Amino acid sequence: MMRLTINGTGHQVPAEPRESLAHVLRDRLGLTATRLGCAQGSCGACNVLVDGSPVRACLLPASLAEGEDITTLEGLRDDAAMAALREAFQAEHALQCGYCTAGMLLAARDLILRGRAHDAAQVRAGLAGQLCRCTGYDGIVAAVQRAARTLSR
Amino acid sequence: MTPAAFAFSRTARWEELPALLAEPGAIPVAGAQSLMPMMALRVAEPARLVALDALPGYRDVRQSPGLLHLGAGVTHATAEDGVGPEPLRGWLARVAGGIAYRPVRNRGTIGGSLALHDPAADWPVALLALRAVAVLRHGTAERRLPLQEFLVGPFTTALAPGEVLAAIEVPRPPEDARFGWCKLAPSAGAFAEASAAMLQIPGAPPRVAVSSPEGARLMPDAPLPDDPHLARLREVALRRATA
Repeated sequence: MMRLTINGTGHQVPAEPRESLAHVLRDRLGLTATRLGCAQGSCGACNVLVDGSPVRACLLPASLAEGEDITTLEGLRDDAAMAALREAFQAEHALQCGYCTAGMLLAARDLILRGRAHDAAQVRAGLAGQLCRCTGYDGIVAAVQRAARTLSR
Repeated sequence: MTPAAFAFSRTARWEELPALLAEPGAIPVAGAQSLMPMMALRVAEPARLVALDALPGYRDVRQSPGLLHLGAGVTHATAEDGVGPEPLRGWLARVAGGIAYRPVRNRGTIGGSLALHDPAADWPVALLALRAVAVLRHGTAERRLPLQEFLVGPFTTALAPGEVLAAIEVPRPPEDARFGWCKLAPSAGAFAEASAAMLQIPGAPPRVAVSSPEGARLMPDAPLPDDPHLARLREVALRRATA
């Protein structure tokens, strides 16, 4: 039995050590905001927060995540930065199929909170590890800058 | 893409490690950012993972007048955000910031990168140039090896059975020292196709390290090697360091 703390709630999960955190979140706990894309760390669809910082849930054996404070997109409903990002993504048409969006939002939130979203070049560099196969990057980069401006006011 | 089944242990006691690692197929795990893809692709099928992250001192960053001590569990992101005194601080941040992506850097560790010794990784080359020393620990016994002796070959280190990399010590360079870092990669965050690092301390010959399929290694001071690829890397590293 694995003990995981997710979005402030303790869970006891009958998972095997080899299951990734992404697998446990989606298939054991039904928390499906976290997407599983490449399963090797390249695409960023599976980002979650561990102790407040984004990590790849596909590259984290759930057994290693025991004792960590895990936050998924579901846990950020009332987060001010996420509210600004949601609004900006809508205004800038920053998603098409939406598969990359959860990971994109978590990476973007981290960029903004670390003060790395001042201009388009910085946002592009900061999102280099987030793949959008619809190639809608222009809208995403504009949305992240828009959210950063909203939050700095 | 699911790893083969393995058992999992975590210990907060250094003295328990050798026995845990004595089990056939048991290997230590730090951030798992290289290991997990290798396991998912079934390139690695360990019987047991032994987590190092609860060990005392594993994430320590300590500064003494001549030395920066980094616990093996210090992450790339920690180095990216700044550890130790300048000029070392800026140099380490530059190397760390080019490794994979921030979510990977938040988890991946300097010690893990060195202990795996993937020839395409960044820390082996950069820390070789920076004269780093590996602190190896077997239970409670410690020994120190210069990185050039620790890094034996690709995916091979001088670690003995039951022994783990506990920390890295980087000598503090003089204020007027220069550092060059050159990584050739097909895209941002990708593994290096080639990399080179150079430390230049005034009055001393430049210390140049390069990656090659044989692993990260120091270049001889002179003459330049016959390999034109390595010679070019050395040249670029020198030019960047002195620019």
